[in-house]
Amino acid sequence: MSKFFQNSDLDSKKAESIVSNTLNNCDDGELYLENSKSETILLDDNKIKNSSYSSDLGYGFRAITGEVVAYSHSNDISKDSLEKSSQNLKDTLKSKKGFYNHEIPKSNNKYYEDLDPIESKSQDSKIKILNEVNNYIRSKGDLVSQVSASFLGEHKEIEIIRSNSEILRDTRPLVRFNVSVVLERNGKKETGVYGVGGRQSYDEYLNNENWKNVCDEAYRIAQVNLNSKSAPAGEMKVVLGPGWPAILIHEAIGHGLEGDFNRKKTSAFHNLMGERVASDGVTIVDDGTINLRRGSLTIDDEGTPTEKTVLIENGILKNFMQDRLNARLMNTKSTGSGRRESYKHVVLPRMRNTMMLGGKYSQEEMIKSVDRGIFAVSFGGGQVDITSGKFVFNCTEAYEIVNGKIGSPIKGATLIGDGPSILKEVSMVGNDMKLDPGIGTCGKAGQGVPVGVAQPSILINKMTVGGTQL
Amino acid sequence: MVKDREYLNKVASHTIEYSKKLGATDVNVQVIHSISETVNLRNKNLDESNRSDSFAIGITTYIDKKKSTISSSNLSNDNIKTLIERCIEITKNTPEDEFNSLPEIELMAKDSKDLNLYDENHVPNNKKIEILNEVEEAAYLQKNITNTETDFTENKSNFVLGNSNGFMKGYETSNFNISCVAVAKKDNQMERDYDFTSKRHISDLANPSDIGKNAALNAVKKLDPKKIKSEKIGIIFDKKISKGILAVLSSAISAASIARGTSFLKDKIEKEIFSKTINIFDDPKIEKGLGSRNFDSEGVETQKLKLVENGILKSYLIDTYYGKKLNLKSNGRSGGSTNLFFENGLTPYNDLLKSNGKNLYITETIGHGSNLVTGDYSVGANGFMVENGEIVYPVSEITIAGNFNDIFKNITLADDLEFKYSTNAPTLLIEGMVVAGR
Repeated sequence: MSKFFQNSDLDSKKAESIVSNTLNNCDDGELYLENSKSETILLDDNKIKNSSYSSDLGYGFRAITGEVVAYSHSNDISKDSLEKSSQNLKDTLKSKKGFYNHEIPKSNNKYYEDLDPIESKSQDSKIKILNEVNNYIRSKGDLVSQVSASFLGEHKEIEIIRSNSEILRDTRPLVRFNVSVVLERNGKKETGVYGVGGRQSYDEYLNNENWKNVCDEAYRIAQVNLNSKSAPAGEMKVVLGPGWPAILIHEAIGHGLEGDFNRKKTSAFHNLMGERVASDGVTIVDDGTINLRRGSLTIDDEGTPTEKTVLIENGILKNFMQDRLNARLMNTKSTGSGRRESYKHVVLPRMRNTMMLGGKYSQEEMIKSVDRGIFAVSFGGGQVDITSGKFVFNCTEAYEIVNGKIGSPIKGATLIGDGPSILKEVSMVGNDMKLDPGIGTCGKAGQGVPVGVAQPSILINKMTVGGTQL
Repeated sequence: MVKDREYLNKVASHTIEYSKKLGATDVNVQVIHSISETVNLRNKNLDESNRSDSFAIGITTYIDKKKSTISSSNLSNDNIKTLIERCIEITKNTPEDEFNSLPEIELMAKDSKDLNLYDENHVPNNKKIEILNEVEEAAYLQKNITNTETDFTENKSNFVLGNSNGFMKGYETSNFNISCVAVAKKDNQMERDYDFTSKRHISDLANPSDIGKNAALNAVKKLDPKKIKSEKIGIIFDKKISKGILAVLSSAISAASIARGTSFLKDKIEKEIFSKTINIFDDPKIEKGLGSRNFDSEGVETQKLKLVENGILKSYLIDTYYGKKLNLKSNGRSGGSTNLFFENGLTPYNDLLKSNGKNLYITETIGHGSNLVTGDYSVGANGFMVENGEIVYPVSEITIAGNFNDIFKNITLADDLEFKYSTNAPTLLIEGMVVAGR
């Protein structure tokens, strides 16, 4: 019994019949129903600044024939509204005839529990921790000029109704705990940000006073930056630390390996399948099946179970990430990468947890091998132009390397490179593979979805560092 | 059709009444209904049609100095009741904050001028497809174009904003948007660029074939780029990105970042932050303006502000909460700037290109490299090398970096200001930035 039709003049049966009637002459499509709620509790400037709650309910009805996607969404789950949407889809596709593909793989695997993080911790106890965070950081000394800390929690139930009454369901918890510190010394101000999260209850990330580690890390980054000098400008060697710096992989090659851009031949990678795109020893996977991770999904937003997709194996391009539409048009199968931000958005092939697997070198060996370069440990975010292949990402904690030794911290700078060639410049892959702390959100075509990244330390022979010091 | 004002007023009034009944001392509510229809074409074929019909309600309840906010897309009576009950519950459990309150009654918008923000005309999807075909035909007339993607979006919304001090106002708005992305390919190298037109009224849209032509020409011009060596060089920002300078200013002078002490412009009020020739306005009352509004998101009356006069910072963008914290009155900028623009410059565009003999003309930046706490700026970029006023070759895979305190003081404006976005700037030259390349 579906809870989506509880206060509606529709029931599952009537909805299924409208769905089948609409989609029978199409190649694919579904009715996607979503009920989500989210909360934000923010402490800032010594006070609880924002306590907000949001609930959202609606459907997205999609029909696809050939390359054409017709989509209609509404918050009004009623017979009248759904029939209007159905008519809208039929109008768009009226001149086309398709054959509905009923095949959808099944799996019993689950990568997170059906829990509600918002209800499972009281508002009082969330506020109490935020106040403790504030006091804890401010007790670290009089350099502290600003502290923000927040809880973001989400609970999303989805139901997918395909033609012939095939129904798929998933319930997804997601939380994030963030701390931001601004330190000030002699008029100079610097920020440090750190956070943790994933698909569990808040307490899993806070217990054993783990919240103090998050505070310490944010404080430490701000303190490092207070001592930073101008970053260098120009091409040089770059050592990336393990974990979160893997947003390099996400930007440099991840987006370029999404199926839609390759089907449309607008990705710099579209004609490189089977070719060498990275140094030997570089293996990159996109994995939706890691337990409790931010980018993990039991099923994707089309109902396909997620998987671990090998994108690059020992430097050779092996697979793209696919949703059902692009897989069909490229004669392959969905990799369970079809995702959407909400019922208001169309499905696109997207990343889940993108990871470079470990190698044999130690971080120490990498740094020792560099005469002049930078060591980048923490990043803000990145962006890519998938057509030219050029990508950037912004350091938030980095140091210069001089004669094989780590030197002074340097100011945040943008690093720029070329996606299809950057991984050929990777000359050492570390033995210290690490997952990110669970804070990433990826944007594409105006849609944000939670993702993860992971990598060991790596040495890149040549990248352009966007500092001001010539 | 979007829901009429009467329906939205009714939802808003019921919300205020029920919240007060449950113990709210003050209430603010916003109800929005919008319908949006988009058609996408790719390589002259229909790719996607998308219809969106959405409601949103946002409720803020106050119990004396306690406050919390709730939002939802479900406007059924039952759901709204549940939401209000939950909002009141959360409010009770939220600590007091002395600055929480509705705006002063005398600051609220009174007689609203019709800003002509709504065009009731509707473009059916088949007509949209016809127009997009025209865009793509024009794009494909250019050599080396291998891919085009275009879309036409029509959006209609209606909203009301109400509060428990008796304020209840709203209006309809519309937006029509045509855009084109073109990919140019030569040998094994590809470049992408775009153009668009976005207006409140259909009749004001740019010529569709110009959009296609510009997108294609922009992409073709980028083919065969070079990476230049690192150097200090004059940087010219094309109009596509020069408005970004104003976006940085707008964030840095919001009362929130000033009050929190996290802006590089803190303590700069009445001080010279730009060179003496620079004047910057924020005008909410421009007819058909993309950023126009009669009142801000709290219902406070908006007026034209001169934010920067002869290079001197004259005003912050102030909302009620942070205004109280700074001991200033709200100037109707809860939700940020409206139609923000530089007063037009005096230097003809061609003269600007010729200055210094050699400049780097930037048409696109990538990445989020603006640090508003320190003013440090470092982003990826591409564009063209300009020598003696002529474009000599395209440049890519470089970064540009500096600090906004210096950047602001070293800006020269061209005389080509136009109103294409809600925030607008003419082409401008910045001296003293560093390019990192080879």
